[in-house]
Amino acid sequence: METATAPAKQSNVFRNKGTMELRLSKNERRLVMSYMYVAFISLFIGGLMGLLQVLVRSGNFELPWGINYYTILTVHGVILGLVLTTFFIIGFQNALMGKTVGYSKKQLNWAWIGFAVMTIGMIIAAITILVGKANVLYTFYAPLQAHPAFYIGITLVVVGSWINAFVNFRQFYMWKKKHPDEKSPLLAFMVVINMLMWLIATLGVATAMLVQFIPWSLGYKNTINVLLSRTLFWYFGHPLVYFWLLPAYMAWYAIIPKIIGGKIFSDTLARFSFILFLFFSIPVGLHHQLTEPGLDSTWKFIQVILTFMVVIPSLMTAFSMFATFEITGRKKGYGGLFGWLKHLPWSDVRFLAPFIGMLAFIPGGAGGIVNASYQINTLVHNTIWVTGHFHLTAATTVVLTFFGIAYWLIPHLTGRKLTKSVNRLGIIQTILWTVGMLIMSISMHIQGLIGGPRRSAYSDYGGTAQATEWGAYQMAQAVGGTILFIAIVLMVYIFVKMIFFSPKGEEEFPIAQEEDNAEPTPRWTENWKLWIAITLVLILFAYTVPIMDVIQNAPPGSAPFDWPIGNS
Amino acid sequence: MHLHKYEKYWLGLGIIGLIAFLLILGFGAFYLGTHPQSHGELIDPENLEMNEAFHEENLGLTKVDEGRYVLNVVASAFNYNLGTDESGAPISHIEIPAGSKVLVQATSPDVVHGLNFAGTNINMMVEPGYVSALEVQLDNPGEYTLVCNEYCGVGHHMMFGTMEVVE
Amino acid sequence: MNTEKRKQLKSSQESEPNLKGTLISVSVLGVVILVTWFGVLMLYLSR
Repeated sequence: METATAPAKQSNVFRNKGTMELRLSKNERRLVMSYMYVAFISLFIGGLMGLLQVLVRSGNFELPWGINYYTILTVHGVILGLVLTTFFIIGFQNALMGKTVGYSKKQLNWAWIGFAVMTIGMIIAAITILVGKANVLYTFYAPLQAHPAFYIGITLVVVGSWINAFVNFRQFYMWKKKHPDEKSPLLAFMVVINMLMWLIATLGVATAMLVQFIPWSLGYKNTINVLLSRTLFWYFGHPLVYFWLLPAYMAWYAIIPKIIGGKIFSDTLARFSFILFLFFSIPVGLHHQLTEPGLDSTWKFIQVILTFMVVIPSLMTAFSMFATFEITGRKKGYGGLFGWLKHLPWSDVRFLAPFIGMLAFIPGGAGGIVNASYQINTLVHNTIWVTGHFHLTAATTVVLTFFGIAYWLIPHLTGRKLTKSVNRLGIIQTILWTVGMLIMSISMHIQGLIGGPRRSAYSDYGGTAQATEWGAYQMAQAVGGTILFIAIVLMVYIFVKMIFFSPKGEEEFPIAQEEDNAEPTPRWTENWKLWIAITLVLILFAYTVPIMDVIQNAPPGSAPFDWPIGNS
Repeated sequence: MHLHKYEKYWLGLGIIGLIAFLLILGFGAFYLGTHPQSHGELIDPENLEMNEAFHEENLGLTKVDEGRYVLNVVASAFNYNLGTDESGAPISHIEIPAGSKVLVQATSPDVVHGLNFAGTNINMMVEPGYVSALEVQLDNPGEYTLVCNEYCGVGHHMMFGTMEVVE
Repeated sequence: MNTEKRKQLKSSQESEPNLKGTLISVSVLGVVILVTWFGVLMLYLSR
């Protein structure tokens, strides 16, 4: 019927249409909440481990009951880097998909299966780590060998996430089929990009698990190609960090404008930046391996160039954010160069937490460019600078944005209100987090620049002057880390309060709309086959020669080593 | 796709900046030759003796010419083998005159290690099966701590040594 | 009605929103990147 008024078939733009918002069903809410429970339990456990680490590294505390520092460190990395992030993201994305394109009954059942597989895998891996059989850190570099259950558990988490990815693809496809002349809802488009990237990236780690680690740890294979396993890991490891970042960008592009009373700056630009992330997040993993002996310098440099390409969509995002703030402020009558800053809802935690996350990405991004800078990487590689870097990007930018989402998402799911008192607690939480992280991250950056190593228990390194200097910064990290742990306890309290004790009501699910006269979105933005093809071509270009080289010019394989991690 | 005038400026300058960074890095790497180590020489981790550099008597610091040194290291869990002194005791401290060029060669018979003289540009991954190698000029006098900066097991933080760059 | 709307659309695209504050804000961001990068480069070269 509608096609009669709009002969859009031949038009190269989509008709502008306000996105229809759906209501989340009870079962959908329960699904998303299940992810949130796992995420926040992980936050607490992982945070506690972090506290123990900074205390041990202060030199004034020893772990009780013979607990190994590296067990704690493995728990911290796996549960925060892999479990908290993945569960929060998939939960949040499922909420976005339910809100914009909806679930069929069958799709929802499959989504539950995905959750179950992920959770079972997570529990298997967690138990293996906790009993001290997998002190391999979250990178599990061969030939350190953990108990096979660790590798199997992680693989199941990935498989469960794939089930979810395919559910999301199916939801999106069915929606497009029903609405052939409309552009997809922006948030659904972004979810599909993120899950596509995740699917393509996790193929690397899944291959390493199924072909290398699992048969090797079970004893079916005597040796492992160490460099191949590392290269496959980092093929996954860098897009992993973009898999964390893109949901934060979803909130920045399409949710924050609504919270501040504005509109989406540019729908097309938002989509375009996500397409660029799909292209350039994956063929860049070698920049994590710049100081490795077995890889060719030319290919390292080529991937450094590709890494610099992935900076561009983040530059676009920075501009979009400031522009959204300024346009909204000016519309409300705040003039001058920076008058528009005054209109921002500073006392609304749904805005404040993600906003600080955005600010943290300025030094975080700058540090990231340093890390990827080929020979300059030598200066910071495996120093605690790197730890400081990803505590800005992942643990501040991403995590504070996730908290900012949780303040409205959880009441929305549980049928309660975000109260003034929770909002106030949230603001205190955000400030505590910011202060704690500033202290911890700055001291990590400085300690890294003067050579302090990452991933290390307390040591005086034979009493050198350098080690004494590092000790002072580790003391500062203990102070920052303690403040962060208090912030985590407060966040968990807020989480419980929002679920069980806030008054009943309907909390808004804020999704921003476009301006009425916004420029229509061109059809080329949804040329999915082309986007996937370009992504694959870039990966084949960047990785074919290095991987062939690693396989063909391989040294004798490595036998498993379980005694160095106390697992013999 | 419509871009605001200022966004064009911003992206234009941003891309020019990134290209400038890459040109500086590329100049340093391909003209001046300051690559991170990318050596690729193979070795059997169960038979390090196949490479002369890792014979027991060749480990540690050797002066090869005026102002030129070679430092051969076997990194294993959880120790750096820098050779032995006259009395047969293991060496954990080396001294190099400032301004010398030193070629560091390292390998591992077991798991992955790091080799970083903290505060210098000697920072490499050491992996079983490969010989890590990097040549660096040491100009700044001082004591530098040798640390393993890649996790290698429960004794990871106990792997260290020292290097003194003397005037 | 239709032409009027089109005119409105056109004029709104021609008179771009005032984004001077945005330009300055992103410039500050650019300066942070430059200072960080060259700072670390200098440190690398001095070692």
